[in-house]
Amino acid sequence: MAVVQSRASHWLNRAAIALALLMLVVSMIPLYWIGSTAFKARADASTVPPTVFFKPEITPFIKLFTARVQQRGARDEAEYAKAPWWEKLVMEGGDRFIKDDKGQIESSGYLSRFLNSIVIAVSSTFLAVAMGTITAYGFSRFKMPGEDDWLFFILSTRMLPPVVVAIPMFLMYRLVGLVDTHIGLIILYTAFNLSFSVWLMKGFIDEIPKEYEEAALVDGYTRMEAFLKIVLPQATTGIAATAVFCFITAWNEYAFALMMTNRNAQTAPPYIPSQLGSGLTDWTVIAAGSLLFLIPVTLFTFLLRAHLLRGVTFGAIRR
Amino acid sequence: MAIAIPSDRSTPAAARRGMSDLAIRNWFIIPTLIFLIVFNIFPLLYSLGYSFTDYRASMNDPAHWVGLQNYRELLADENIWNNFTLTAKYVVASVAGQVIVGFGAALLMNRPIPGKGLLTTMMMLPMMMCMAVVGLFWQLLYNPSWGIVNYLLFTDGKEWLSNPDWALYAVAITDIWMWSPFVMLLSLAGLSAIPPSLYEAAAIDRASRWFVFRRITLPLVAPLLLIAVIFRTMEAFKTFDIAYVMTSMDETELVAIRLYKMAFLEWQTGRSCALAYLMLLAVLAITNVYVKYLNRLKAR
Repeated sequence: MAVVQSRASHWLNRAAIALALLMLVVSMIPLYWIGSTAFKARADASTVPPTVFFKPEITPFIKLFTARVQQRGARDEAEYAKAPWWEKLVMEGGDRFIKDDKGQIESSGYLSRFLNSIVIAVSSTFLAVAMGTITAYGFSRFKMPGEDDWLFFILSTRMLPPVVVAIPMFLMYRLVGLVDTHIGLIILYTAFNLSFSVWLMKGFIDEIPKEYEEAALVDGYTRMEAFLKIVLPQATTGIAATAVFCFITAWNEYAFALMMTNRNAQTAPPYIPSQLGSGLTDWTVIAAGSLLFLIPVTLFTFLLRAHLLRGVTFGAIRR
Repeated sequence: MAIAIPSDRSTPAAARRGMSDLAIRNWFIIPTLIFLIVFNIFPLLYSLGYSFTDYRASMNDPAHWVGLQNYRELLADENIWNNFTLTAKYVVASVAGQVIVGFGAALLMNRPIPGKGLLTTMMMLPMMMCMAVVGLFWQLLYNPSWGIVNYLLFTDGKEWLSNPDWALYAVAITDIWMWSPFVMLLSLAGLSAIPPSLYEAAAIDRASRWFVFRRITLPLVAPLLLIAVIFRTMEAFKTFDIAYVMTSMDETELVAIRLYKMAFLEWQTGRSCALAYLMLLAVLAITNVYVKYLNRLKAR
């Protein structure tokens, strides 16, 4: 477009950049708000007008991981005096820890939900990517009767509304005792991500020239060896990108987790909003929990940026 | 790949040891297909069966065959139609918003901007996030007395999520915030693929900006924009997480939420299976219309 750069189009360019920056700011405000609320004192979180500058606190994160109730009446000064600094912070905020028989502070539900999220997302990602990669290789390199139909079938399983699948899955899981188990959720997420993983990996493997394997086969490799030693190393980037996408999907999934788990295997997404109803809502704690939960995805998004377009279109569009 | 090597046949050297290509193909593909059939298709058949019964998963009573009664009652139920109407409103509001904002942003971003890569990646952040958590913290932003939305818009004390007229659109706004970048990403891909020579030719012909936009830009971006619209329409139709977390009013009860309540809170299992099928048919219908349109667009 660099033919005629008139004065008018120069200013238009400037205006466009300014507008684009404004959009960026608008899209970042909610994220900034959740991030800053996580470091506010409880009183600063709900002020009119909203507090923009404040003294950052670590208290919300301490509260996030511990079980507490509101202190009624005067606090136990003897206990306060011998408490470590981080316990003092919470006690100064007007809360009292819930302790077990041995005087140990009980942990809140958040940590176990967070660990569940990690275990379930990592396991299901591993399974979906492993199965997806070999299946994609099969579809990419060999003829299969009705290949397009099968590929369409695989894709269509991803389009089903989760609630629709969840009802019969719940009934079936109840029969075999998989409701509220890690394995149950891992299987569901694997099935959910598998279609995506096949499609994305097929795109990546299609791009690896067949000639490499053909040459290896002529050299006396078996097909399996050629796949393991020639194709897989070439597909590393693709596998990594697919894995990150699958992880993000499993990490963020809410509907299945809400319907299939309640305590033992519950992941963080259904747990975090459930804190809202419990007594006086402390938004700083909810913000801290949300922030911790959003950080991994934020990092991954930056790592993935070259493959974003491909990922969100199931590998249909490459760049 | 200019030379077609029949890859179905193993080279003689490889055939002597190891698995044949046919065996590898089958071992690589068939387990995945079986897995998907067992965990996606079988459950659907299972629930199709239940949709003709009065089964309630909370009771010990066995299921009784009631034929088409569930479907008949659902289709005659005004409330269910209301759920579908609400969903349609929500889909239109949120997809239209995303197209306007996303395509607009793409037009703005489709020029050399310093730090463009970083800028676009930052804009992509919302759509990678957990919808339930996004819905949750937008409740904080929408808070009528001290939320930042009212503060920035100077709409003091305005109710968003507990206002029957506004709640659905408040949820749609959150969805627009989250998914406009998706439309932008696809539109940008389309825009950057337009050959500059077309614009140069138009400039030589002294074509107006509007003409260039309507006759060059729009038709060439249309296929990708349409893919974005298909994806977003289907997702918006299925919306559950964000609306369920943000509000709990009759005015925001989308089909997926009604279905969830019917199945897991009211335990009308048989009836909910029937509703699930109605929803599935609607999803398939939408997809089909779009795919047809897309093919026609591509053929042109």
